[in-house]
Amino acid sequence: MLRALAARLKQGQRTLSYPKGTPTLPDRFRGRPETDFSRCDAGCAARLKDCPTGAVVETDGHRRLDLGRCLFCADCAAACPHGAVRFTAEHKLAAWSREDLVLPGTEPKIRPDDPKFRKIARSLQIRVVSAGGCNACEADINVLSTIVFDLSRFGISVVASPRHADALIVAGPVPRNMRLALEKTYRALPAPRIVIAVGACAISGGPYAGHEEVCGGAAAVVPVDLYIPGCPPHPLTILDGLLKLTGRL
Amino acid sequence: MSRSSLRLQNGERAELKDVPLLSLREFHGDLLCDIRQGGRLASLFGHPVGDGVRLFAVTAHGDTGELSVSSADAGDSYPSLTPDCPQAHWFEREIAEQWGARPEGHPWLKPIRFHRPYRGGLPSDGGPLPAGVTDYFQVQGDGIHEVAVGPVHAGVIEPGHFRFQCHGEDVFHLEISLGYQHRGIERALVGGPGPRSIHLMETAAGDTSVAHATAYSWAIEALSNRRSPARGSVLRGIALELERLANHTGDLGALGGDVGFLPTASFCGRLRGDFLNLTALACGSRFGRGWMRPGGAAFDLEAPRAAELLERLGQAMSDVGNAVGMLLGSPSVLARFEETGVVSKASAEALGLVGVAARACGLERDVRFEFPAGIFRMTHIPVSTWESGDVFARAQVRWLEIQRSAAFIAEQLVALPEGPIRSEPAAGLEPESLAVAMVEGWRGEVCHVALTDAAGRLARYKVVDPSFHNWMGLALALRDQQISDFPLCNKSFSLSYCGHDL
Repeated sequence: MLRALAARLKQGQRTLSYPKGTPTLPDRFRGRPETDFSRCDAGCAARLKDCPTGAVVETDGHRRLDLGRCLFCADCAAACPHGAVRFTAEHKLAAWSREDLVLPGTEPKIRPDDPKFRKIARSLQIRVVSAGGCNACEADINVLSTIVFDLSRFGISVVASPRHADALIVAGPVPRNMRLALEKTYRALPAPRIVIAVGACAISGGPYAGHEEVCGGAAAVVPVDLYIPGCPPHPLTILDGLLKLTGRL
Repeated sequence: MSRSSLRLQNGERAELKDVPLLSLREFHGDLLCDIRQGGRLASLFGHPVGDGVRLFAVTAHGDTGELSVSSADAGDSYPSLTPDCPQAHWFEREIAEQWGARPEGHPWLKPIRFHRPYRGGLPSDGGPLPAGVTDYFQVQGDGIHEVAVGPVHAGVIEPGHFRFQCHGEDVFHLEISLGYQHRGIERALVGGPGPRSIHLMETAAGDTSVAHATAYSWAIEALSNRRSPARGSVLRGIALELERLANHTGDLGALGGDVGFLPTASFCGRLRGDFLNLTALACGSRFGRGWMRPGGAAFDLEAPRAAELLERLGQAMSDVGNAVGMLLGSPSVLARFEETGVVSKASAEALGLVGVAARACGLERDVRFEFPAGIFRMTHIPVSTWESGDVFARAQVRWLEIQRSAAFIAEQLVALPEGPIRSEPAAGLEPESLAVAMVEGWRGEVCHVALTDAAGRLARYKVVDPSFHNWMGLALALRDQQISDFPLCNKSFSLSYCGHDL
């Protein structure tokens, strides 16, 4: 008993004050990119085609960066010596629609006024389905339950049974082998169901986009309400998304 | 070692024409002879040649530090090695599933990932192939019942299906059926390297990004006659050991959680993150994404950064010592860890277990020691073993490794060699070649084998995650255990589903 108390003293108080205070992220952390593709020359254009997931998209002669596909590898920042892409330390990335993930975009939208979101303001129970990713998104979701982030102080918890859940988090590109299990889990949630796609895989298939073994993300199987990009997203990015969902941010 | 095979060092390239092509009888005879003399099957895979399938075997000889490679043409079927060599059992199932080459006499031939064969021209009904739908080993008799769990589990964990044959609370047998995470990594690497290749490697098993990216980089460097500069090699070693620190610390905490010992579970949950944040200090990503690249490392540790890393490492280690000391010093914890989930040394050897699971059975298996490459040629980390083969042994080996990895990192940080961290890009890969690269990831041996075609593109890229060898170890550990001890045993192995399923 005394030993446990001494250890508790030594280990100290570790819970972040987030969202009141934001911890300093490492200087090499790659968060929300700022883009200005008008700076590119012809050489950049050729190199930007090498984006591993084709996240630099060109429509009507305009180049844009799709955060839903982005692995945050920053190869594009290196591809354009004129600084068309610069990764900032901004960790807030969650978006309510797939289109809002494409940069440069419009101002970030607020939560859609759907009655199903009002029910979860004080209590949000989440069921996570891991579907074919690399388990890094799952690892950084799990981290939210540690003393550092202490998810339960926001009235949010991860539950074992889909019957107890308000929302479903999907991580991974959803392999064909997981499709049925994801459908069944979704149907086991009581309506109205909320679905959150966490990570590049769940949003767009990520590095497995186009593989015939996968469905190419959560939206191919279930309707998605909130997108949290990253590969994997930082725990703070996920937490920010969940707090936006409950209306706390 | 048999005379007919080609011998390689870890991270070395050979021309494909120098890999002996044996008759099936010689191939089997040589492999069995090698394994009887202490060799271990590091990789066994098929590669399509013409209309048929060629088998390639890579045997690891820990005593000499050499790898031997041989091949044989199998056609649509070949006599199974498994009855004489149990460590081939999962590989042969994989070969049958990928290439439709049937191992005749295999005692338990069934899919491991539930996908259609890659080789054209095979008879196939074209219908769906539902994951997990297959025959399972069943026990029958009075009071026998079956418990089926998964693919979706109660926690935030990866999908897999488990079938327990139970008598009351006692488990007679556990069968594990995976494949739900299969996303086609090996198939997508063929024709490369391309812009996605390194990302497929970094996400083969997300918690093992550094080890897989390092093995891939070594394989590509061997094929392109490129080397990492000394400073890059040291950075690779530091990254690898940071990955080990984070995962071992997290696992020790989770083991505490599984026996209801919450202080350590809580402390280690935080400390795991502290180690991940050290990796993020170096490269911006908690999982080491972007740090390891062919040719060396992509991010340097300049003096102030190295000093900060060293200081934070010391603080974290002091807290880890405190947290783990409480765990392993508590009689109530030891009562649950000791003699739970025992795997005998003989079983570990027969199954070809690797990594923590093997060392906890007293086997001195560690790529860093047996097949050293990069910085591990210069600096040796003692191999951590324990004899008892139980949950306690697997916890104790982790704790020993945590201390040794931290000492290694501290030693390297103050003696980083000067110079560049990455060598100049190479022109391309050597054609018609083979390279083997092995790295001791935190779970165990990560083995990559790359084959190139006449144009210098990847014709086959075989990835063996340590979990591929070790899932059967977990199944054995459950025999004669209470089913309620499954979470504890499972965590003590802490295997990867995505690393297995690829």
